Order: sequence, then structure tokens, then C-alpha cells
Amino acid sequence: MIEFDQVNKTFTQRSATGRGKTVQALHDISLSIDEAEIFGVVGESGSGKSTLLRLINALEAPSSGVVRVNGVDLAALRPAEKRLQRRRIGMIFQQFNLLANKTVAANVALPLSLHRGMPGTKSRGAAETKGRGAPRERALEMLDFVNMGAHAAKHPAQLSGGEKQRVAIARALVNEPDILLCDEPTSSLDSQHTDEVMATLLRVRQEMDTSIVVVSHELEVIRGACDRAAILESGRLTGVVDIAAPEARERFNSYSERARRYLEGGQE
Amino acid sequence: MNEFGERLAQYREEIITSILETGAMLGWSLLAAVLIGLPVGTGMYLARRGGPKERGWLYAGLNGFVNVVRSVPFLLFVVALIPFTRWAVGTSFGTTAAAVPLSFVAIALYARWAEQTLVEVPQATVELADSLGASTWQLVTRFLYPEARSGLVLSLTTVTISMISYSTIMGVVGGGGVGDFAIRYGYQRYEYDIMYVTIAVIVVLVMLIQAFGTRLSMALDHRSR
Repeated sequence: MIEFDQVNKTFTQRSATGRGKTVQALHDISLSIDEAEIFGVVGESGSGKSTLLRLINALEAPSSGVVRVNGVDLAALRPAEKRLQRRRIGMIFQQFNLLANKTVAANVALPLSLHRGMPGTKSRGAAETKGRGAPRERALEMLDFVNMGAHAAKHPAQLSGGEKQRVAIARALVNEPDILLCDEPTSSLDSQHTDEVMATLLRVRQEMDTSIVVVSHELEVIRGACDRAAILESGRLTGVVDIAAPEARERFNSYSERARRYLEGGQE
Repeated sequence: MNEFGERLAQYREEIITSILETGAMLGWSLLAAVLIGLPVGTGMYLARRGGPKERGWLYAGLNGFVNVVRSVPFLLFVVALIPFTRWAVGTSFGTTAAAVPLSFVAIALYARWAEQTLVEVPQATVELADSLGASTWQLVTRFLYPEARSGLVLSLTTVTISMISYSTIMGVVGGGGVGDFAIRYGYQRYEYDIMYVTIAVIVVLVMLIQAFGTRLSMALDHRSR
């Protein structure tokens, strides 16, 4: 589904004096990610994990080597084709990247409005895309999926971090993408909200045939959700591991319950 | 006071005419600001170094235009532009002719404001548009303008008020307007009371425009609520 074949990525950092300095972000990466898999990428900050993720939807181009998604070499695509390809790949971000001046429902409907009338995008059927109300209905459907249906008319500033990220997931999935890319999805969240977001991602995998790639420096998050994970260090792939199912975690209904249990010596 | 009231009544028509002339000059120049200045500013934002569509030559061209228009002293600019004005609107005298140099200044001012307002939009918004496969047109119309709209309204308000100030000297090419009225009666005919009344009218006008712009901008801004 997603293949990296001897991928290198170098950046030229432009200093204030205009002199360029070359930094190698990824060294000779080869790996493949299967369909309907939740794949983790772990590493410290600066290890190249976000760069690796951004190669998958062609936000970055490899300096050498090939990245293939569904057998297609992304670097060979023309700009318009690249945009089409990106529309089949959902993405969520550490800072959620919701548009502040749009309502929750409008944020989720946004990808649909970009793609209407575009050839080659996965269509929801002619009848459905023709009706004017259709994108909104579809957005509300997705908001229900992430349990945010009651917040459709609010603006992002009125939501908590976890709620924002769930809205972002709804937006990323509204086009039924084949792949969902998650760039540090829980790193701005407290543990309660992290659990909510990760539970939502697990439901995505259960109920939709979406491959999910999660980049995170939080090992707990990767172990709790992923099937396999790649470990990056200074831009080099040091291994891909199968994740052993962690012991079932106790679920807590509130922060104070969890805090008490943890502070008294139990597992968080 | 009675005598003043009488004179005011006597000038009533002239005052109304001059307000309409100012309105026409403002209307044309603001129309130019929005229809040309906003795209120019957007172009500078996109093409600037490190911008979403970096194009050095385009940025240099637009930036040069804006700098030149903004740096020539306005009175000289009006005079220097006369041949162009005559070519563009067929005359170099009157309210329509006055709208030409005013439009140039409005375009340059609003272009610079729009560029600066767009720079304030978080880089994450551009990244989101890219990840969703948005075209450049969609990036601008669906992402940047909606997120920057309150700032764009506020800066248009500022440009409007600047244009009132610029328009007051358009009497030199027969543009008329309230500024010209105030100078003719106040400075040239020593009717200071009429001039002060006119200045008060301009002050009230500016306050109303600013209040309207601020309110509209706040209504459009959901960033913190």
C-alpha cells in the first residue's frame, strides 16, 4: 500500500546571510506499510519522523529513492495529479489546524467543497454530490461518528483540545480516504483527551478500511494503538517492530480517579 | 449665531455637493483597493520569499510598484500622473480625474496592508490547504481570506480613513470634496467658522467609519470565541 524504497531526504537550510546549509533528514529508508494497518513511527524530535509522514502525501518530495502509494510513484505526478492524490489521503496535525472562523460543521465539510466536480476523486454517488445539502449532511454524519454531533454549530475556540482533534479526524475522513496520516495527534493533549482520540482512531480502523500511520514520540500512544512501528534515530531506520498487545489498561471515568490510582502506585 | 446659521443655510447645497464628491472619490478608490489592491497584496504574499508560491521576479515587481506609489509625495504624484489620467479618463480635471491618483494610492496602501494581514495567518493553515489538495485559488479563497477576514476589514477601514485625508487636497485638480470646500471658505475667504464646521464633519465621518469597521471586524472574528 505504502512503500519506501531507499528514500533519502535532504533539506537546504537558508540562513539569514542567504548561504545554504544541507541537512540530511532521512537516510536510505526502505519500508512498507500494509492495507488497513495501524503503523506507528517513533523517534525523538528531529529524528525525521514528520518528514517521513509528509513524503506519503507528497508535501515533501524525496531527494532520492521512491515513495509509492497504491503503486503510484508520487514524484512522477504532475502538480494537479499530486493534488488529486492528496485528496485520497487524510491528515491530522498536532495543533489540529482547524479554521478558526468556520463552524465545526463547515470545517468538516471543507474537503468536500474543494473536491466537488473534480474527476478522479472517490465520489459519494452522483445523486448525493449533486444535492446542495449533501456535504453538510455528510459532515454531520462524520461528526456523529466521532461523537461531536452536538457541537456542529460551534466554532473551534469553544472546544477542548481533544474535541478539536476529533473534529479534525472527522474532517480527514469525510472523503473516505484510503490512508489517514497522524502527525503527533495527541502531543498537545492531556491523557484523558489522548485516550478519547486514540479510541476514535481505533474505531476508524474497525469500521472503515483505512490504513493509519501515526507519528509520535509518545511510546505509550504507539503501543496502545499500533500493529507495528518503525523506530527512527537521526534520520535512520533502526528497526520495525511488531507490537505486543499491552496489558488491558484500566479505564477511568475521571482525571481524579486516574490520578489517585497512579499516585498510589498503580499503572496509569 | 443667527448670521452663522444663515450662512450655513446658504452653503447647504455646496456642502452637500462636496460631501457627494468626497463620496465619489472614496467610492472609486476603495473599489480599486478591493478589486486591484487585494489581488496585488495577495500576490505579494504568495510570491514573497518563503511564501506558498515563491516567485522572486513577481514579488520584486509588485513590491516595487507599491513602494514607488507610496513614496512619491502625494501632491507631486497627482501632478506627475496627469498625462496618464488624461489618457485613462479623458480629462485631467474634476472629480473623476481626481479618482485616478487616489485609486493608485488606495491600491498600494491596501496591497501592503493585505500582504501584512495574510502573513499573520498561521502557517498551519497553508499546510492544511496543501494536505487537502487545494489549488492556489482555493488556498486563497477558502483558507486565507476566511481566516484573515477580520484583519482585511480593519485594514480596509484604515485605508478608507487615509483616503479621506488624501482626498482633501484634490481641489488642486478640481476634484472638489469637503476638504476643498474647507480650504476655499476657511483659508481663502477667512470664514473660519465654516472651516471648523467642515473639519468637525470630517472628524465625525472618520469616527463613524472606524466604529463600523471595528464592529464588522469583531463580528467576523471567531478566533477567540
